[in-house]
Amino acid sequence: MYLKLSKQKGVDMKNGVIRPGHVQIRVLDIDEAVRHYVDLLGLIEVDRDMEGRVYLKAWTEVDKFSVILREADEPGMDFMGFKCTSEEVVDGLREELLEFGCEVEELPESELKDCGRRVRFIAPTGHSFELFATKVQTGKWGVSNRNPEAWPRGLTGMRASRFDHCLLYGPNLLPTLELFRDVLGFDLAEQVLTPDGTRVAQFLTVGMKAHDVAFIHDEEPGKFHHASFFLETWHDVLRAADLLSMTDTSIDIGPTRHGLTHGQTVYFFDPSGNRNEVFAGGDYHYPDHPPVTWDAEELGKAIFYHDRVLNERFLTVMT
Amino acid sequence: MEEKLIGVDVETGIEFQLHENLSLLQAIEKSRGNVIKVGCRGGGCGLCKVRIVSGEYEVGKMSAKHILPKDLELGNVLACRCFPRGNIVFKVIKTKRC
Repeated sequence: MYLKLSKQKGVDMKNGVIRPGHVQIRVLDIDEAVRHYVDLLGLIEVDRDMEGRVYLKAWTEVDKFSVILREADEPGMDFMGFKCTSEEVVDGLREELLEFGCEVEELPESELKDCGRRVRFIAPTGHSFELFATKVQTGKWGVSNRNPEAWPRGLTGMRASRFDHCLLYGPNLLPTLELFRDVLGFDLAEQVLTPDGTRVAQFLTVGMKAHDVAFIHDEEPGKFHHASFFLETWHDVLRAADLLSMTDTSIDIGPTRHGLTHGQTVYFFDPSGNRNEVFAGGDYHYPDHPPVTWDAEELGKAIFYHDRVLNERFLTVMT
Repeated sequence: MEEKLIGVDVETGIEFQLHENLSLLQAIEKSRGNVIKVGCRGGGCGLCKVRIVSGEYEVGKMSAKHILPKDLELGNVLACRCFPRGNIVFKVIKTKRC
């Protein structure tokens, strides 16, 4: 089956989509949220706009921002954006999204500060995604691009190094896989299958990472499970968990290891109840790799490798 | 000295010591009272919804998806965002994810 897929898609699996570019998260109180994402996670505030949205970045990111916080009366994710190689690629994918049957909307340049126009579409899971090609590049924070030092001094909290991926819950996983694989050029890196072969979780990547976006089946569309940020080492994950206790931050689970992707992880909540993850390590994926499969009966071990039991919150608590 | 406040779960009759500076959920978690599902603790997921049957309280920000204006009239709140200002009698509301 996968041989057939490779032949269909040829070697150009990426279709011009580079990586996750940004996520806009709704929060109940913008000041509390900024304290959480800046002081605790260690993101850097880079801008604000007339709507009161706050723009943040992690220090290794070259583009100006990757996280946008918007105050609203209901937490959750507004949209996740993927950066593409060119405006022409965005135009081409826009047509393909329409052909696929997606609802598509165009957002003009500067609707997000210092970002080019974006093409927004709704996936069959009910989530809004965007494609864009242009964003101001301010470079890594605190280090030069010429003879760069190893890391910048002055980082706060967990010193998150990049926005990595989102895990989203919703229905219609199969057409969502088809959309991301066949239109956008993502690979299925890991999956969870029930005994009858139904895919209940799919981890998708557009590069070498274990996942750039992941979906778990849920009857309710458009649910936000977590936004995840990358740390360098297991010790950084432990240190992050120490900070959660020091600040009495609502913790979900960890530090532990995932079976899926094998990343080392800790989960916690922002002050509005949106789940965050910081993680280190994990597997890599090349386009010729077949997907890694976990059996649904092993879901406990797949999610939490050490406990080998799923905590109920992981499946029921979302925004 | 802070006056001792008591919370009572109608269903089980279990009593909890409450504190003005702790949410109802925090107080119940602290006393290891396992009567409410604990979710995000941030007013976002709706798992800890309760009806305040009697007693004074203040609330913080809660997701409009889970607490509608009608809920507030009925005394329905999220325990993680409910701060007691007197003795409280409450009833756990089962949500579809419980």
